[in-house]
Amino acid sequence: MNRLIKGVRPRALVLLAVFAAALVIAPLFVSSYVLSVLIIVLYFAYVGQAWNLMIGFAGQLSLGHALFVGIGAYTSAALFIHFGIAPWIGMFAAVALSVLTGCIIGYLGFRFSIRGVYFALLTIAFAEFVLVIVDHIPWLGSTGGFFLPVANRDRIDLFNLRGSQIMFYYVILALTAAALVLCRLLLNSKLGLYWQAIREDQESAEAIGVHLFRYKMIAVAISSGLTGIAGVWYAFYYNNLFPETTFSTAKSIELILGTVVGGVGTLFGPILGAFILTPLGEVLTHLTEGMKIDGIKSFFWGVCVAAIVLFRPTGLWPWISALFGLDPRRGDKP
Amino acid sequence: MPADIYLNVAVSGILTGLIYGLSTLGLSVIFGVIRIVNFAHGEIMVVGMFVTLVLFRHLGIDPLLSIPIVAAALFGFGFVLQDWVVRRVAHLADHMQFLLMAAVAVILISVCLMLFGPDAQGAQVGYAYDSLSIGPLIVDKVRLYAGLAALVVAAALFAFFRYAATGKAIRACGDNYLGAQVVGLNVRRLFALTFGIGTACLGAAGAILLLLIDVHPYLGPPLTLLAFIIVIVGGMGSLPGAMLGGVLIGASEAIAGLLLQPSLKSAFSFGLLILVLLVRPQGLLGKATQ
Repeated sequence: MNRLIKGVRPRALVLLAVFAAALVIAPLFVSSYVLSVLIIVLYFAYVGQAWNLMIGFAGQLSLGHALFVGIGAYTSAALFIHFGIAPWIGMFAAVALSVLTGCIIGYLGFRFSIRGVYFALLTIAFAEFVLVIVDHIPWLGSTGGFFLPVANRDRIDLFNLRGSQIMFYYVILALTAAALVLCRLLLNSKLGLYWQAIREDQESAEAIGVHLFRYKMIAVAISSGLTGIAGVWYAFYYNNLFPETTFSTAKSIELILGTVVGGVGTLFGPILGAFILTPLGEVLTHLTEGMKIDGIKSFFWGVCVAAIVLFRPTGLWPWISALFGLDPRRGDKP
Repeated sequence: MPADIYLNVAVSGILTGLIYGLSTLGLSVIFGVIRIVNFAHGEIMVVGMFVTLVLFRHLGIDPLLSIPIVAAALFGFGFVLQDWVVRRVAHLADHMQFLLMAAVAVILISVCLMLFGPDAQGAQVGYAYDSLSIGPLIVDKVRLYAGLAALVVAAALFAFFRYAATGKAIRACGDNYLGAQVVGLNVRRLFALTFGIGTACLGAAGAILLLLIDVHPYLGPPLTLLAFIIVIVGGMGSLPGAMLGGVLIGASEAIAGLLLQPSLKSAFSFGLLILVLLVRPQGLLGKATQ
């Protein structure tokens, strides 16, 4: 506990507590529509956190993170549908497979010193490769889609992850909170310091004895494992999986967009970004619904993202936290 | 007889591959000089295809004849895009540049969607179903013309970079940014020119491609992915590599489509890509860095 809050301003702690409390009691007050938006927000915040661990902490850019969501989702769904294995148990297999895939990509990339843009393209290639393969596996529903039996929404069965929207809300909220705590602990640990050294200057880090390959692999493994867990939740929340909408590059971009907007490398960037982008998308949908013009929503969406990149290239969190005076002492910034 | 089929499929794959190669030249030129990966690659090409379609429908201009017009239009677009927008993110991290280009791609798709709707549309030329037979080979006329046109445009580009003073200056910027500034080259203008030349290639490739396939707004991402595969196989920043990669991928996709299911052919290309990244990360004709 002490390590968690050390160096954080009291004001920031109070705000965080208020924010967390608001999220915990939110289902009592909001409509089912708002709750569904909050669920998506938290999902993106969680996955963003997992992605951020790789790029923001360890400096390794992945543009194929939808791959790990997809592997987690398909593994747990296949185990549930074909063998009736509950998601909490299937999750172990899902995470193992995600981590294994992440490690294969990492091994290939880091062993052969494929860096930066090339590594990013390698991750895209793997995601698209798996997309085409899953497209051709009838056991996983191929292009036609993979469906979980529709849940009885009245009875909450936490063990089988079948139940109401509120249950899914609390599960993803707990995951997001856990990811935040984990990232905070990792960032301030020795491991986190090694990562940041690699991110800032790989050559210097190697020169002072940081084992590049090992620590990059650990970053990929943790990130892909966390993302795989999100996949399990995703499969049981949506009950249907299609290769194209699960693995595609467009999906990977969607997953990382919030974090980039919120601020890569910051702890609250992924959360802030998700809380801005998802509602923004909803608002745009409502505003443009009446216009009956195809593509107008995505047009404004693209303009907003481009504007953020051009005018707030460090993301919004550093700017907002400075504005409200939430920054820790200088030099202690996570 | 089966041998004939393979030969025919391979030749038609190679001809298509020449167009892929030309479009990849656009990506390669931009990455080689400005060091930015153009994630809006396929979308810009789709814009070129739509421009060609409009010229064909309303003015009756054959796609092959509209190549210079489309290339010029997209040159202007690329020049402005680099000078007004992309230039401002040159100092940012890879993922920010990537996101900006992805946003540009989204904007372009939406504009195409608003103007032309989601349906696939093609340009039906008079010689669409003609074919030539050379010995055992039967080649579609339209594919032959398309491949030759791509080859001509690519040759013009190679000549420009080899002989023209501006082309040499651009190569100098790519080789040594600081050095180019020191000898007094206007790097900002040359970068804008480079981006313009890159998008002009996409315009030309798009115009040619419209002869072979129909265009719709969502064609962008697959074209981008294809160009990524080709550019890595051939070697990022290497112009001959882009053409070689295009021909290789075009032919191997055609053969894979024949041997396996056509829908599996892209998995084959991705497999090839992963293999090349492992064995020769800099690509077949790329220079090793560091």
